[in-house]
Amino acid sequence: MSSEPTEVHAEGGEHDTMTRKKIWNVFFVLLGITTVEFIIALYLVPHGILEGKIANPVYIVLTLLKAFYIVAYFMHLKFERVALVYAILVPILFIIGLILVLTNESHYWIGLRG
Amino acid sequence: MSAAVSPAVSQIDEVKTTPWSGGRSPFNVEYGKMMMWFFLLSDAFTFSSLLISYGSLRFSAPTWPSPSLVFQSVPGTSIEHGAPLVFVGLMTFILIMSSVTMVLAVEAGHRNSKKEVVWWMIGTIIGGLMFLSCQALEWNHLHSEGFWWSAIPNKETLQEFFKSGVPLGQQQMSSHQFANLFFTITGFHGFHVFSGVIINIIITINVLFGTYKKRGSYLMIEKVGLYWHFVDLVWVFVFTFFYLI
Repeated sequence: MSSEPTEVHAEGGEHDTMTRKKIWNVFFVLLGITTVEFIIALYLVPHGILEGKIANPVYIVLTLLKAFYIVAYFMHLKFERVALVYAILVPILFIIGLILVLTNESHYWIGLRG
Repeated sequence: MSAAVSPAVSQIDEVKTTPWSGGRSPFNVEYGKMMMWFFLLSDAFTFSSLLISYGSLRFSAPTWPSPSLVFQSVPGTSIEHGAPLVFVGLMTFILIMSSVTMVLAVEAGHRNSKKEVVWWMIGTIIGGLMFLSCQALEWNHLHSEGFWWSAIPNKETLQEFFKSGVPLGQQQMSSHQFANLFFTITGFHGFHVFSGVIINIIITINVLFGTYKKRGSYLMIEKVGLYWHFVDLVWVFVFTFFYLI
């Protein structure tokens, strides 16, 4: 009985684990994304090459990319069972729901003020 | 063992192996690690609620203190103006770095190398303490300008943080909201970093005493590692929404 689950574990969990090389790769990805954000904030926006309205969505996309790398590789979620991945990721839909509701609400507020 | 079972009962006693018949653990992680994930999910909800409230208040305000004007000094040095993002960049680097030392500790734990685990954990703790010191400097700087919970700087100082032509009433209203949200959200995050440092110290002491060597696995390092990476993850969002946008 004990042989079966350990085999599964070895297949799904320990096989694709993080090596030291991979860890440093992820670190340089995170550092690179942060550097891009700095270039946008310190050079592109002040010099008028990129408008603030365009820069903000870019920041959010880059932030989500960083979040993906941290959760997938540092927190190892990419190498866990699919059931656990969904158990963690699907409830995040509630957060998106709250964002939509409150964005709509603040639109209404600013309409009242303006 | 299964060979000895007679054919008559084997049908019932056979170990079920397919995922939907209870033959396997659906998550295939240890209980404590799964609970850490669920705790982090609930914590993600808490931080999201705080950040989304911040976003909706800011979005509905006619004006807001400009981050590149509020955070343009390097606390702890004589640089007071013209260096936006430099200090917070340093803080971000420190936190990402301490996240890396944490994964390296987890990786060393997989190889059961006690000595390496200890060194990487000490590195992580130092990173956490450095981040907390930076945050203390940052808070102290904003406080010296007049910001605190429901406290804002005087009229003259306040004008430096806005583009010219914004009426004083609007400046004061949004600065109040900014001050409360900034100290609450970075404070809650800083409290998480502080707890993380304490937890890391406890775990490192356990490693030194050989608790996990006796247990035969360094899984506990992985669990505190999850918490520590989560703190880093939250900072990525705080950094974007307070300092960049």
